[in-house]
Amino acid sequence: MNSTPDAISNRADAALTATLFAIDPVGLGGVALRSPPGPARDAWLEGLVRLLAPGAPMRRVPLHIDDSRLLGGLDLAASLNASRPVVQCGLLRELDGGVAILAMAERLEAAGAARFAAVLDSGAVVLERDGLARRDPARLGMVLLDEGAAPEERPPAALLERMAFHLDLRSDGEPQAPGDLYQPADVNAARSRLAEASAPASAIMEALCAAALMMGIVSLRPPLLALRAARAHAALRGGSSITSDDAVVAARLVLAPRALAAPEMDSADPETHQDEPPRESSASDDSSKTADAPSDADMVVKAILAALPEDFLTRVNPPKRDRKPASGSVSGAGAAVSSTRCGRPRGSRSGQPQQGSRLNLVETLRAAAPWQGLRSGADSSVRMRVRREDFRFRRFVQRRQSTTIFVVDASGSTALQRLAEAKGAVELLLAKAYVTRANVALIGFRGARADLLLPPTRSLTRAKNQLAELPGGGGTPLALGIDAAVVLARNEVAKGQTPFLVFLTDGRPNIGRDGAPGRAAAEEDAMAASREVAEAGISAAYLDTSPRAQPGGDRFALAMGAAYAPLPYVDAGAVVSLLSGLRATQAP
Amino acid sequence: MSMAYPFSAIVGQEEMKRALLIAATDSAIGGVMVFGDRGTGKSTAVRALAALLPTMPAVKSCPFHCDPERDIGANPGACGRDCRIAALEIETARPKVVDLPLGATEDRVVGSLDLERALTLGEKHFEPGLLARAHRGFLYIDEVNLLEDHLVDLLLDVAASGENVVEREGLSVRHPARFVLVGSGNPEEGELRPQLLDRFGLSVEVRTPDLLDERVEVMRRRDAYDRDPKAFQSRWCADDAAIRTRIVHARRLIDSVDLPDGVMQSISRLCVAVGADGLRGDLTVMRAARAQAALEGAPVVTDRHVREVAPLALRHRLRRNPLETSGSTARIERAAAELFGE
Repeated sequence: MNSTPDAISNRADAALTATLFAIDPVGLGGVALRSPPGPARDAWLEGLVRLLAPGAPMRRVPLHIDDSRLLGGLDLAASLNASRPVVQCGLLRELDGGVAILAMAERLEAAGAARFAAVLDSGAVVLERDGLARRDPARLGMVLLDEGAAPEERPPAALLERMAFHLDLRSDGEPQAPGDLYQPADVNAARSRLAEASAPASAIMEALCAAALMMGIVSLRPPLLALRAARAHAALRGGSSITSDDAVVAARLVLAPRALAAPEMDSADPETHQDEPPRESSASDDSSKTADAPSDADMVVKAILAALPEDFLTRVNPPKRDRKPASGSVSGAGAAVSSTRCGRPRGSRSGQPQQGSRLNLVETLRAAAPWQGLRSGADSSVRMRVRREDFRFRRFVQRRQSTTIFVVDASGSTALQRLAEAKGAVELLLAKAYVTRANVALIGFRGARADLLLPPTRSLTRAKNQLAELPGGGGTPLALGIDAAVVLARNEVAKGQTPFLVFLTDGRPNIGRDGAPGRAAAEEDAMAASREVAEAGISAAYLDTSPRAQPGGDRFALAMGAAYAPLPYVDAGAVVSLLSGLRATQAP
Repeated sequence: MSMAYPFSAIVGQEEMKRALLIAATDSAIGGVMVFGDRGTGKSTAVRALAALLPTMPAVKSCPFHCDPERDIGANPGACGRDCRIAALEIETARPKVVDLPLGATEDRVVGSLDLERALTLGEKHFEPGLLARAHRGFLYIDEVNLLEDHLVDLLLDVAASGENVVEREGLSVRHPARFVLVGSGNPEEGELRPQLLDRFGLSVEVRTPDLLDERVEVMRRRDAYDRDPKAFQSRWCADDAAIRTRIVHARRLIDSVDLPDGVMQSISRLCVAVGADGLRGDLTVMRAARAQAALEGAPVVTDRHVREVAPLALRHRLRRNPLETSGSTARIERAAAELFGE
């Protein structure tokens, strides 16, 4: 795999990252480690373990962890034994002072990410569950194991933002193990020096802020994290205050991987500073380098820019990449979405045990508790008497949300106008989705590919930004479009959503699945793809946009089992009302 | 509990601070919704508010810290005793800013059967939840768009009625729960339902400061706070106290602030001009303008006050047109400029 836009690829930098993180795990938040599972990642993690403070807890947190284990809750066995509520500590509480390793972070959902983010921000886990109200310290750092393959497959932005380091281990063969460069004793010494660190010079802070701005980093967290990284680096060096060298290293490790724009390097002199990993204890006197004049800030900024990794420019301004076909982004690596979670929990109900229902023990105990005095009678040997009528079961609300996937023919002949019309329809639907909380996605196909132009979203803000510019022109690879739609739809089903496909095409395929032109083969492929829609059991609507109705224009719709409507002029309002009608009969 | 970042030390973000102070002055304004980018100090500002709120008289050791003047008799028996008969002792209490953590269960939000007493004594006893704790204070929901729907519905109902009605587990309890609902969220992570949005009196859009000096100042203060929270807090303590005094004065003044007919008319005209749905907009602008005047110590509401609070009170009530590119704020400011002149 090639190097990616946000990577620290330098082998020594990987080791340095682990070392700085081990010095101040709480302040630095964590490391987002992008790497497939394998020896490289294991070696890096092992190195980190060696450097962490002795006795610091370090645990893997599985993706499917539930709230009662993560945040804490009522320990039922102990509560029953003791006849009083006993608190079970959550994993986050147990990790206080240590590091949580989050496996498969790229699959984490926003709600899960927000729980971790809250703990990182407040350094405490706040529990309001199962009749318990507690606030326990949970000062910890995190390592996000990111096994994502596609560029969009990333851990949630809310968490990435709070991780000081975004490290990519995919590009190099074998990263240097952290222990090769630094010894636990050095790290421990640095950690104790951290406490007595003095206020950083203004020039350093100005330089980090300015460098972040020049790289297009809007949020204020990254420069602050960079400052902490610089402080950890100064401590590692044995210095008491942050020098420009520290700031340069911190900017390279913390800011460069997040850069969205390439700063203008007009007068940066590459020879003033070298891009080398810092020595363990530089002998240079650091006080001489930190002064307060604004020109110093400029100097540091220049040094930062000069020290950016060599491939930085190409990473930030990549050669215009083709948009990735939808199939690539949706066939995500990793587990299928768990089937144990069917909907969101919503209270509980009384009833009898039956196949598949889950007992809510806390609520059951609550129901049984007031009767204990009556029930125990003479026999006091039994602690708790629970009867059938006390049973309470978890009730889940199946949030069968719908995702409307537009598959739009963006080929040459009718492309531009059609695409604009489809955009109008998508935006109108989004406005409706805003009320009904449904998702909308858009796939365009033209030339030799089908592109996922808008991944499923219900955010107006995001959709508007992405819809602004859509390409058009080329042949008609209908089969590819249908294939991409089926893949995306299946992915949505796996996420518990109900997909609904809407095809806007004139139904004249001339490019086959292999991307080769040829009407006959294209026709055959499109037909086969259409049958897959029917086989997958996905509801669909097929809007024929050809100017004049043609005999057999509904053949693909028939194969898909889709509702068919000729629509010579696409008008956003008409599409929306048509779809509302179709959906009423089609969608489950 | 860790020490909160002082409110007065927050750099910039004038609009958010103004909205929070208005809500602290007039709690009937209906809550504040804060939208914004990551890392803009949304949560910091709300949590800092706790240190600013003036103390209040409350019934001693009442789990709901009831107002001796308003709440007596409203919840007979909810706390296990009858406030109407017992001789009331009054204490000074500090209003709370209660955090509603994600993952909170319904029983902790509304309150539920006290499990310990039920298990050990076999007694039915109501254990107050977060809504009781937030009474007369603030209830803060970070990432409100990620909260479970059934919890949101429940909160909205209580926030609107000012009373929490618990009918579960054989309990039947009512207790006062008047609080200022403060939500925060990132619009990129999903929109809020319009019904929910409409319940918030004010809405704020927070942006990251883009001036270098301001950004450096944020960093400098944050760093100083991180290294020594105690020293940092004592440095800003006087400024916080000054704001607290302003709130106290404003609360005393607000009922006597005059709202001339002319200003009232321009509020209505402004709401019509921007097409704000319903009457809630008018009312909220009026209340907010009055609170803003009181905060400044002004005896009369002027057009300037209206202009200052109009975007806060109206921007989330405009009918959304997804094809319109200019933001709601710009529309309101344009309308205000036409109405009041530059």
